[in-house]
Amino acid sequence: MEIVTKSTRNVLQPRLLSLRVNGVPRILEVSPWVSLLDGLRDHLDLTGTKKGCDHGQCGACTVICDGKRILSCLTLAVMKNGSEITTIEGISNGDELHPLQKAFIEHDAFQCGYCTPGQICSAIGMIDEKKAQTRAEVKDSMSGNLCRCGANSNIIDAIMEVKERRNHA
Amino acid sequence: MLDLPQIGQPVSRLEGRAKVTGTAKYAGEYNADGLLYGYVVNSTITRGKIVHIDTNAVKEIEGVIEVFTHENRPSLAWFDMQYSDMDAPPGSPFRPLQNAEIKYNGQPIALIVAETFELARYAASILKVSYQGESFETDLYNHQNEARDPKKGVATLLKPLPPKPKGDFEKAFSDSAAQVSAEFVHGTEHHNPIELFATTTIYEGEGKVTIYDKTQGTINCQLYVGNIFGLHFKNVRVISPYVGGAFGSGLRPQYQLFLSVMAALQLKRSIRVTLDRQQMYTFGHRPPTIQKTRFGADSDGKVNAINHTAIGETSRHEDYTEVVVNWANIIYPAKNTILEYQLLPMDVSSPLDMRAPGGSTASHAIESTMDELAHKMKIDPMQFRLINYADIDVSENRPFSSKELRQCYIQGAEKFGWAERNPEPRSMRRGHKLVGYGMATGFWEAMSIPARAEAVLTREGKLRVSSAVTDIGTGTLTVMTQIAADELGLPLDDVQFCYGDSKMPFAPIQGGSFTLATVGSAIKVAGKALRKKILKKAKEMKNSPLKNASDGDVIFERGGISLKSNPDVLISFREIIVANEDKEIKTTNMSVPNVFKLKNYTRAAHSAAFVEVEIDEELGTIQVKRAVTAVAAGKIINPKTARSQILGGMIWGISKALYEETISDHRYGRYMNQNLGEYHIPSHADVHELDVIFVEEKDEIINELGSKGVGEIGLVAMAPAISNAIFHATGKRINKLPIHFDELL
Repeated sequence: MEIVTKSTRNVLQPRLLSLRVNGVPRILEVSPWVSLLDGLRDHLDLTGTKKGCDHGQCGACTVICDGKRILSCLTLAVMKNGSEITTIEGISNGDELHPLQKAFIEHDAFQCGYCTPGQICSAIGMIDEKKAQTRAEVKDSMSGNLCRCGANSNIIDAIMEVKERRNHA
Repeated sequence: MLDLPQIGQPVSRLEGRAKVTGTAKYAGEYNADGLLYGYVVNSTITRGKIVHIDTNAVKEIEGVIEVFTHENRPSLAWFDMQYSDMDAPPGSPFRPLQNAEIKYNGQPIALIVAETFELARYAASILKVSYQGESFETDLYNHQNEARDPKKGVATLLKPLPPKPKGDFEKAFSDSAAQVSAEFVHGTEHHNPIELFATTTIYEGEGKVTIYDKTQGTINCQLYVGNIFGLHFKNVRVISPYVGGAFGSGLRPQYQLFLSVMAALQLKRSIRVTLDRQQMYTFGHRPPTIQKTRFGADSDGKVNAINHTAIGETSRHEDYTEVVVNWANIIYPAKNTILEYQLLPMDVSSPLDMRAPGGSTASHAIESTMDELAHKMKIDPMQFRLINYADIDVSENRPFSSKELRQCYIQGAEKFGWAERNPEPRSMRRGHKLVGYGMATGFWEAMSIPARAEAVLTREGKLRVSSAVTDIGTGTLTVMTQIAADELGLPLDDVQFCYGDSKMPFAPIQGGSFTLATVGSAIKVAGKALRKKILKKAKEMKNSPLKNASDGDVIFERGGISLKSNPDVLISFREIIVANEDKEIKTTNMSVPNVFKLKNYTRAAHSAAFVEVEIDEELGTIQVKRAVTAVAAGKIINPKTARSQILGGMIWGISKALYEETISDHRYGRYMNQNLGEYHIPSHADVHELDVIFVEEKDEIINELGSKGVGEIGLVAMAPAISNAIFHATGKRINKLPIHFDELL
């Protein structure tokens, strides 16, 4: 049986990556088969980014990469050498929570909390995209982030409040 | 400062900050030095034997530490009882890697342990297994005639079998002015919490482990691990501070717990085993169920004959049961009934309680049948429920401890605008869309069981309360803190609730909507005992102004004890602690429901759901445009988190009615949509206007809090309300869930 041969072992040799994660330069030494999600969780101990399916189907792993929301489970860490990554751990300003974080607490926009980091990162990316305007459009463009507890309406309420406040600012 | 009672306040979740900043850690997120990774390999056949597993090739991979199979599984506990947990149905619990026998498709057959997650996963993907297959059966519908009565066991206590037949159903039914018979079917459903099942076992030295587990019962898992691996209970600590949803899937210890602990003990290393999404379909599910109803009503609209039968799927090794057919006659007081429940064992994993088990299944059949009967008799569906309103539970001939269902109907209908409903099906439309209004009644038993709690007045004069209970996202931390705060009249900031740790006082598994009543009552008992102790210390203080005060003369408020007759007298908790030589004051107590009193009452939460659907006439696409659920569940401890619970239940109802189903290919005995792309649940775009009403309900019997749980009651009425609305919109009665657009074309 063909397993890890000399040549494949070579392919699996860890690579050195340099990333800026939440504003801090980080060196990551990972094999090419490590997803950005596992790189964050297992190698940098940033477990705020969640794994719900590992298949790009639930959105729990959403992070912001170079200003865009991406699914970190569908991204190999080596693809993002030199990138700027923001995870849920990096969106508040010190002790001052991000408006979306505050709105999520206020609107009770989570129950178990497991999809929450992905929902919030996705909402930040969605608002910055400036495409979705109405509530219906926001619901559509947030539909890649599943919530099993059924906090959906509270999540959209929280996002709409922040989005509308920003529109009026 | 006004000391408001904390109970009844819409307090935001106390763990909110941890959850929105990513600091909340779940079971698979604890790292340890030299942590190993386990990946499970699952059977690809449905029934038969493993002939050979070629572990050598995989073990040669650098970084693979061990491959565990039935051939090298250590010798462990022998008796079924040692594998039983608090939620085990009658039968033989599944034992991972016990032998070569395959009982169901997806059964775990090996655990690969490696230095990295990726390596373990890779090794699992190339492990060669040869099988000898045998014939199997997974198709419930085509084997109904083989159904049999369920076995009885300890679990039967919480899941009573159907009551005996009453009156003369056949005669009453044939004499009825209107009759309806129907068959209802729903497929398999999987809990699918977004957090994957995971266990991190920290090896603490010979025979000692600390386990971070995804579970709904820390002590349940502690006892399970201790029994199977022969460890002292005190050397097994199970911690689950955050649980990323469970919905029943964590009521029993799952196989990743067993495998993780087994590997840690064998290798004397710390190890994490996380299931992947596909593996989330390889244990526990809501069983597919076939129900038949025959309801008959008098000319005045009174239901006088109820026949409700159900056949539920179970595994071949355990008799998992649900309470399905017992409800109808509690809700509607017919004099003639036949209620039957049977099981049909199939080659599947044992089913497992899933949010509103039994109740959500039953209500689909009962409430759709009632709707059809109302339609036949040309009576408004809500009016029909009011005509058949049960003032007492005729099935047990006893009163309800409280029942404000009538107000649920009235207030829900008012808010929804039910009066605007044109009774004729297919009569309401909006452009090219058909509009339908439907409603249904919801019912869920309000249970409580014994639990313990510790209450401590800390050296800082604050309150710390603890229980081993988990918080699966229901808001347990927040509501227990509120309940505890009122015991000593403290603000929430001065109260800490510790939970999710088997080292803490006993709590049963968290489920069935009984946690609030169970653990909340334990906190009340411990709080009362603590007050007594604190007052005693206060009275013993030198020149105590409370020297002659009795329990009734004092108030616990403003961070201390004051005299009712003279509020200027206040001894602070801190002063009392100082007088107690700066030592904390603590007590641990147990609450036991007063069974002798409670058995004289039927105890339940009620609801009424009202739904509007919009259906594209040409495409058949269905949307739940708005819904109102009115709930009577006694005292609502926290209206904010309780509302979210009901909203969540309603969305589960939408999912059950229109989206979710695990589809089997019976030729292979295998689920075909084991992922979140093809197992559909509502996305944000599928959720529209939802409204919740809590109807005022006083219950002085049920427990000291007067409160019933709200975890399931939001779900039960939704699916039938939706299918009734679809009937109203289209004139088509679809009795198989989920309802898809193609059935409306």
